[in-house]
Amino acid sequence: MTSDASTAGPETAGAGLTSLIGEAEKLANPHGHEGETATAVNSEKNRSLYASRIKIYPKLVHGRYRLVKWIVMAITLGVYYLTPWIRWDRGPFAPDQAVLLDFPHRRFYFFWIEIWPQEVYYLTGLLILASVLLFLVTSLAGRVWCGYTCPQTVWTDLFIYIERLIEGDRSARIRLDKSSFSLSKLFRKVSKHTVWLIVAIATGGAWVFYFDDAPTLATNLLTFSADPVAYLFIAIFAAFTYVFGGLAREQVCTYMCPWPRIQGAMFDDESFLVTYKYDRGDPRGPHKKNTSWDGRGDCIDCGQCVAACPMGIDIRDGMQLECIQCALCIDACDEIMAKVDRPRGLIEYDTPANMDRRLAGEKERIHIFRPRTVIYMGVLVLVSAIMFFSLATRGAIDLNVLRDRNPLFVQLSDGSIRNGYTVKIINKVHQEQAFSIRIDGLPSAQLIQQGVSAGDSVKTAIAPDSLKDIKTFVILPRDALGSLDEGEASLRFIVENMSTGETVSNETSFRGPR
Amino acid sequence: MTDTKHTDDVTGVDTTGHQWDDIRELNNPLPKWWVYSFYACIVWSVVYWIVMPAWPIFMNGAWTYTGGVIGYDQRVVVENDIAEVTAGRQVFLDQISAQDLPTIQQNAELMEVALAGGRAAFGDNCAPCHGSGAQGSTGFPNLNDDDWIWGGSLEDIHVTLKHGIRWEADDDTRFNEMPRYLTDEILTSDQVNDVTDYVLTLSGTGEVTEASTRGSEVFARECTACHMDGGIGNRELGAPNLADAIWLYGGDRASVYESVANARSGQMPAWGDRLDPVTVKQLALYVHALGGGE
Repeated sequence: MTSDASTAGPETAGAGLTSLIGEAEKLANPHGHEGETATAVNSEKNRSLYASRIKIYPKLVHGRYRLVKWIVMAITLGVYYLTPWIRWDRGPFAPDQAVLLDFPHRRFYFFWIEIWPQEVYYLTGLLILASVLLFLVTSLAGRVWCGYTCPQTVWTDLFIYIERLIEGDRSARIRLDKSSFSLSKLFRKVSKHTVWLIVAIATGGAWVFYFDDAPTLATNLLTFSADPVAYLFIAIFAAFTYVFGGLAREQVCTYMCPWPRIQGAMFDDESFLVTYKYDRGDPRGPHKKNTSWDGRGDCIDCGQCVAACPMGIDIRDGMQLECIQCALCIDACDEIMAKVDRPRGLIEYDTPANMDRRLAGEKERIHIFRPRTVIYMGVLVLVSAIMFFSLATRGAIDLNVLRDRNPLFVQLSDGSIRNGYTVKIINKVHQEQAFSIRIDGLPSAQLIQQGVSAGDSVKTAIAPDSLKDIKTFVILPRDALGSLDEGEASLRFIVENMSTGETVSNETSFRGPR
Repeated sequence: MTDTKHTDDVTGVDTTGHQWDDIRELNNPLPKWWVYSFYACIVWSVVYWIVMPAWPIFMNGAWTYTGGVIGYDQRVVVENDIAEVTAGRQVFLDQISAQDLPTIQQNAELMEVALAGGRAAFGDNCAPCHGSGAQGSTGFPNLNDDDWIWGGSLEDIHVTLKHGIRWEADDDTRFNEMPRYLTDEILTSDQVNDVTDYVLTLSGTGEVTEASTRGSEVFARECTACHMDGGIGNRELGAPNLADAIWLYGGDRASVYESVANARSGQMPAWGDRLDPVTVKQLALYVHALGGGE
């Protein structure tokens, strides 16, 4: 690599990159703690536009947030793997799976909610709810979704946990990677990747259960008699899990995910963000036991916050694009603060505004209800209310009336005018239901069903969970043609479920000669 | 624009030597993954040339193409697909062929196939005269209404379709001929006028006058043999009902006069000669289902 010798010192990217690990090694451990000579991957000193990935070796920490993350991981993984196995009795004509995306039959089942193809807007509503919730949470506490519940974070955490079990913690892993080839190294690496692959396959495997009856599919999968498509999708999802959780990790969050780019618009000075309190920590430097803390900050520059960070950054550089708000640096710092006998919370969830207030000598305060958050909350409540209302009031019948357009109308031999309509009725009940159809709006008009002799009222039975097309005709007698205005009149089809009395109606029009 | 090469201070990377308004372009190499993907694509394309049909070549005095080593041919794939669909459809067509029309009508599954097939055949063969919605026009009957000259039962429609109307090439065609009362000098011009006035009263569009009363006598003598008393028509003979609201050639006075004076004789081909029996059956079922079928 060529560089301009007059300006390029050790701070240039090229020099910085190659010497990064070497330098870190050479540094003595001045603190007496398990001082990590960790350097942030995005440290200004080492930044290059075209850098190779710097491998991150996140160190295990213990503390409140780590505990929260373990719990969240257990819950989310549990929900993911177990949900398809929850049974839900829907009677003989529908699958008994509580959550099922049944594409072949074009139905989505979510516990007591059953979504038909024409109701997919409920899914849109769900996505709107999810995104507004994400906005709200981000405006309150930054990327906590990313740090705790994002599948990428959960699986990466799981993969790092496995790596740690097999290869040891941070320093052991660094040593292992730098050691020359040995059988023990090969064994550890192969075991790690094997366990990763097993987890990846289990992850991809669990996903397909959301799309078919889980117990049946599981049996078929194990006896190798399942549809090849199932194996294909398991392979695809397993590959993504393995690559994203095991190999790409933080690069997914930094380079692939659009969220870090958007998040900046979501939070403000009153948002709770993982913050290094530089007003308390600086000036930083090594600390020897039994020396005074006067005239210096609490940060002993031990590097633990950087070593613990799964994104490999240094939170002391301030808020950064890479930070996923997982708070492991807080746990790492708190551990150290306890050891050096200083109050914890040098790194803590804090708001930029509070930092300013402290510096100005004002009282810290929490300001949750801000215009931004109130608007997000309002939208959230509104959309939830609309969703809830429409879900609660939706009926078990769906009606569509399609008017024949070719020809617009037919004159019959007695001079009366006839229009044709296709009445589409969906019976969403799991039993066969009898329906009656009548019309309203044209008093003298008569409704008949195709192929059924005139005079019979139009009644039809519809099979459970299905749609039926009924071709009908409406006849307006010659002497009632005066009820047409400019050759047109509005007409309403009313369909009644004869056992429950539920009715639905659909507005259409009747056309005749002008 | 082109300048000498130069090394960038910040990144330590050479520039390309290109310079626009003092902005230089770094000569960073392409990412490795990109380059290797590119090479892989090149290898893939060469393999593809060999395996699949690819190059046009001039051989033995004619243009042909390299067939590829696995003998893949898209045309064969399409032919197989079509054969598969045809075979799948044949099951239903065989049933339609074997069963009589009322039986098919009772079978919802067969009716679905028959109506779809009938609709397509109608669009190809019948729509030019009868209109895409079978609404007809002057001289071409509307098939949606309940007025049938030769009968609107399933069997009647089937016979009409099969043998046509006034289609002399078919021995069983539906045939009738109305005399040209004026042209052939059976009636005088005054008598034709009178009978026209009478005919208009039959459907309620004309008023009873002296002329129409005279016309009724002419009608009783000349027309009732086919059109029956009161002009209600006779399907056995294909004589239209003159007392209803529907007119094939127009219900205004001039059109009716023309019909009496010169007669009308529309034609329909015998589709039994042109289409296969299953298609004709499907057409009969489709036309019957349009709403006027009896």
